[in-house]
Amino acid sequence: MPAEANGKTGSSDASSSGVSPALALVAGWLVPGAGHLLLGKWVRALLLMVSIVGMFAIGIALAGKVYTPNTGEPLDMLGFAGDLGAGLLYLLARVLGWGQAPVLVVVADYGTKFIVVAGLLNIVAAVDAHSLASGRKQS
Amino acid sequence: MNLSHFSAVLLFSLFTSIVFGITQRAEPKKMVRFAALCFALFIVGTVAASWAMWLIKP
Repeated sequence: MPAEANGKTGSSDASSSGVSPALALVAGWLVPGAGHLLLGKWVRALLLMVSIVGMFAIGIALAGKVYTPNTGEPLDMLGFAGDLGAGLLYLLARVLGWGQAPVLVVVADYGTKFIVVAGLLNIVAAVDAHSLASGRKQS
Repeated sequence: MNLSHFSAVLLFSLFTSIVFGITQRAEPKKMVRFAALCFALFIVGTVAASWAMWLIKP
């Protein structure tokens, strides 16, 4: 009996949404919550977007640092990897020159952490959208 | 923008807990419960670490 017929789904089965897991992953990475929005889970999408964009915006408002590639410092490279997780938000910050000021106050260091963690949380959310689209996560 | 240390902890915990709740659980009720647990642990952990640092200061 095929897997579809007995109601079981494997990791290779497409979900009922019909959205490609790769598309959900990339959309979720580029725009926070977009992966869940494609899957029709708009409440989760909205909450994820507000949380991740809010965290990134607070980090910028606290004058946090936006990392750039190729500084040669291992910790800076890790920070850059975290920042990159924010997708288009990171690109926007780089294009508009946000977060480039040197860190002079304690809360600015908090801001730097807010920006990095927003990127890392966005990666977690995008992977969750991928799992939902692939059927690995049931609902 | 200027936040107190505690406000920063509250905001960080709130946003992070929401994402953890949504992504680490499958049912809405369990998502809310897990998010609330994460939020409480963040706050309690931070306050406990703050007191620990105060106690061991030279």
